[in-house]
This record gives sequence, structure tokens and C-alpha cells, in this order.
Amino acid sequence: MAQIKLEAEVRSQEKLAEGVYSMEIFSPQIAGQAKAGQFISVYTKDKSRLLPRPISLCGIDRAKGILRIVYRVLGAGTAEFSSYEAGEKIQIMGPLGNGFPLKDKKAILIGGGIGIPPMLELAKELSCERTAVLGYKDELFLNEEFQACGPVYVATEDGSAGTRGNVLDAIRANGVDGEIIYACGPTPMLRAVKAYAAEKGMECYISLEERMACGIGACLACVCQSKDVDSHSHVHNKRICKDGPVFEAQEVEI
Amino acid sequence: MNTKVNIAGVELKNPVMTASGTFGSGAEYGEMVDLNRLGAVVTKGVANVPWPGNPTPRIAEVYGGMLNAIGLQNPGIDVFMERDIPFLKQYDTRIVVNVCGKTTEDYVEVVERLGDADVDLLEINISCPNVKEGGIAFGQDPKAVEAITREVKRHAKQPVIMKLSPNVTDITVMAKAAEAGGADALSLINTLTGMKIDIHRRTFALANKTGGFSGPAVKPVAVRMVYQAANAVKLPIIGMGGISTAEDAIEFLLAGATAVSVGTANFFNPYATVEIADGIEDYMRMYGVEDINELIGAVK
Repeated sequence: MAQIKLEAEVRSQEKLAEGVYSMEIFSPQIAGQAKAGQFISVYTKDKSRLLPRPISLCGIDRAKGILRIVYRVLGAGTAEFSSYEAGEKIQIMGPLGNGFPLKDKKAILIGGGIGIPPMLELAKELSCERTAVLGYKDELFLNEEFQACGPVYVATEDGSAGTRGNVLDAIRANGVDGEIIYACGPTPMLRAVKAYAAEKGMECYISLEERMACGIGACLACVCQSKDVDSHSHVHNKRICKDGPVFEAQEVEI
Repeated sequence: MNTKVNIAGVELKNPVMTASGTFGSGAEYGEMVDLNRLGAVVTKGVANVPWPGNPTPRIAEVYGGMLNAIGLQNPGIDVFMERDIPFLKQYDTRIVVNVCGKTTEDYVEVVERLGDADVDLLEINISCPNVKEGGIAFGQDPKAVEAITREVKRHAKQPVIMKLSPNVTDITVMAKAAEAGGADALSLINTLTGMKIDIHRRTFALANKTGGFSGPAVKPVAVRMVYQAANAVKLPIIGMGGISTAEDAIEFLLAGATAVSVGTANFFNPYATVEIADGIEDYMRMYGVEDINELIGAVK
């Protein structure tokens, strides 16, 4: 089954940290087919803002038909989302993108900032030994929820919790090792993680983001440079929404 | 009730088409809408060779619309012929191939390659604001419009639609130039050149600095230009620019468009094309319109 756009009901809204919100959305049709690493498009009610906001799935409860997104308020669109209360009817489309491959290898899950949420669903879906390494500017969120899935190490830029510095500083400080890395976060972090994985000879999957319009691979707005010729345009531009957002790290130039 | 319209001898089951660049070659949206319900699918612009397009960010949202500077990324005519045409032939809809190029020779090469292809109409993009060569450079000078139209017509086997830019002082001058060059139909409007500045980063929102402005906010400009062009030339006009609902589409028909293209609306409502086709029929029933052609240019 393909992606679908429909009306869904907000079930809960909770502020996790300054500007960071968790929203649960009831949509059995999307939850039933969604995977870790995929995303949904969320549409604003304000019709002056046309384009959907692509937001990764932080949680998928297939039995209850509930999707959870954890997102940062960055502009008027996400500010509108944060005002929704339980019972609000919203338009969403999904599931979109490819998701993370679930490999049976000792894993390091790396999340930076608002790249942390998709790693939580991945942590739940993996059954192998896994360690989460989470990077924050200062205020923590979601870190306690990772604890059910294995060890959790935290890095903060201001040193207020865990290792002072970034996720790689936390990995080194705590001697975290594994055979495979899954990561989502800001591009400089992903660039460093890609280099680290290459240096250690580890398999590595990274989730990218870019401004999107359609979300389904038609508009060609959200491309990234790929090592190989892409299947769509036969140039070197993979579509983050359709061919990604998760890529094998060596596959893309970031 | 008749919803069929005729563009240069090609009959469309209804006037709803897709605007080039917003719908790929139909494969992605075909997962969400029944392409058989559309009058025609207009493909993303195709050039003689693959084009990589512009750097990202390629889009930005603006009030009531968006800017794009994709830069005509496309796989080139070879892949298009092998993959995209056979895909579209599976459906009962007309195929309109949008053609782009940097030079007149590029356009002619693509048009010639399409000569034996089973496609219905060619739409020549002389109005893309996001590429340095070709595109809009051809579309802002009436002499150039007439010359390229004539050259394309000399090589084309299918009827030729010239897609005009709104970034001109007088759209009727360009419409007449295309008509003089032998065009069989016109498409308008392409996007309006726009700009957005990110005040927090103090930089341009688009890597290309400027981009094409589209979406509901541009509709009044588009309706006005379609009306002016329809009254200046005898050619059938495909109207587009901010069409999101059946009401919008009917406005264009009344202004003089024979068919309409749905573009940016696909991004916020992937079902927009089919909903518009259905909504036009509802309107016709509501007002007892027997033949859709009664609506075309009905507002003088």
C-alpha cells in the first residue's frame, strides 16, 4: 500500500522541552504500514501556508493505530501544530520515505537535537544489542525513554549533562563501540559521523532532511548529491523524500 | 453532459491537465490519483541530455504561495522515451511533453526525437525563470518568441503549445508573437520571478537567489493574463496559475481558457486534479450547463 493523505485526530500534545513538543495522532491506516525512519507530512490549517511540514515518526503504535511525532517549533507552521489539543482534526500524509534497514548487528544509534526523535522508534524496533548516543545544545528530552532499549549516553554543548561537546565526544569518552551506526541530526554532525564510521570501518546509515514540497518524489526540490547516478533523473541527485530520507552514508555527499 | 474540449485537434476528455514540473511524469501521483480521470498529463520539462538542476534549497514557502528554483532537473530525452512515455501510455489520458533547452538546437533535437513518439502535444517551455540559458531568455522578447516558435513548428510532428512567461510588460505581445510563429496553442502563465530573504540567517531563502512564484496568490494575475491573451489571439489557451479548486478552474475557463493545468495545488492536495475534474461536473450540473465549451470565454 502506498502513502495516503487523510484527516487524522490529535490524541495528545505535550511540551517536552523549550520549543519541543510531542504529539500523538490517531491514524490506523498510516500507523499500520509505517516503519522507523519514515516521516509524515503535516498540513497547517492556515491556508496562507501551503506546504506540508515533513516530520519524522518518533513512535508507531500499530496495535492502537497511533503515530507520535516529536518536533521543534521553528516557524509559524510548527507553532500552529503546537497549539493543537486532543480531539483536533488535522490533515496528514504518510508514511513517506524508506526508513532505516533493521540489521542484526551491534548498533550505535546517534541522534542530534531534533534528529533524536526518529532514533527512538528505531531503538524499539531493533532487537540486537544497541546503545543510544544523544546530543543536545542544553535541555534534554526523550533521553529517559531510550533507557528501556539499552545504555544511553548524552552529550551537551554547554556541559550541563553528560559529556561536554558533541555525540562523537560522548562516544569516545564512554568507549561506545558497535558494528553499525544509525544517525539523524544536523548536517555537520552527520558529516562527522560519516567520517567516523569510515575511519572505523563501520556500516553507517544516516537520515537527511531538506526543504520539501510534494513529499513523494515528484517535485525534485529535496535532492542531495549522490555518489551514483540516481534512478529518477540519471544525474547525481537522490530525492531525500523518496529515495531517502535514510541513506547508506557512502551513498551521499554531505 | 459534455466535458470534452479540443486543443489543436486533440480531444481531451475533460479540461483538467497537470502543470509541468509539479507532477513528474505521473508515476508518483499515479499512486494517489487515477490518471485516467485527467484530460492530460503534462510532463516535467525534458531536455536533449540530463540536467542536474540547481543547488538546494530549491523551494521556499511564501504567503499564499511558494517559490521554486529546481532548475529543470530532468533525465534527458533518452530515458524519458524509454521509461516515461511507456508508463503514461498505460493510461487513458492525453500526453503532453514539456520541452526545455538552452539553445534553439536543443529544443529542435528533443522535438525531432519525439517525432515518432506516441505523444499528443508538445509544450515548449520558453519561460522558466530559473535557468540562465534558454528558458525565459526566449520568452521575454517577441522576436525571439516568434523565431523559436517557427523553428520548433518546422520540426514538430505534434501540435505545438508555447508556454509563455508572465514576466513581461504586455502578455498580448508575446501571445501574438507565438501566433505569428505558427503556434497551435498557448499555455500561461509560467511562474512569476520572485525572491525571499531569510532575515534570521541574512541570506536568500533559495540557493538560486530568485525563484518562480506560484500558488493561489498568483491566480488573479494569471486570470487577467489569460483573459488578455484570449482576446488578442485566436489560439486555444491552457490556463494555469494558482488553480486549487474547481471554482478556480471555472474562472479560467470563463476568462477564455480551453483547458487548465493544476500545479502547486498538487503539493498541498495530491488529489486536487481529480477533485477539480469532479467539481467542474458538479458546477455544470448545478447550472444546467450541457456542454463545457459554453463556458469557455463566456465572460467578455
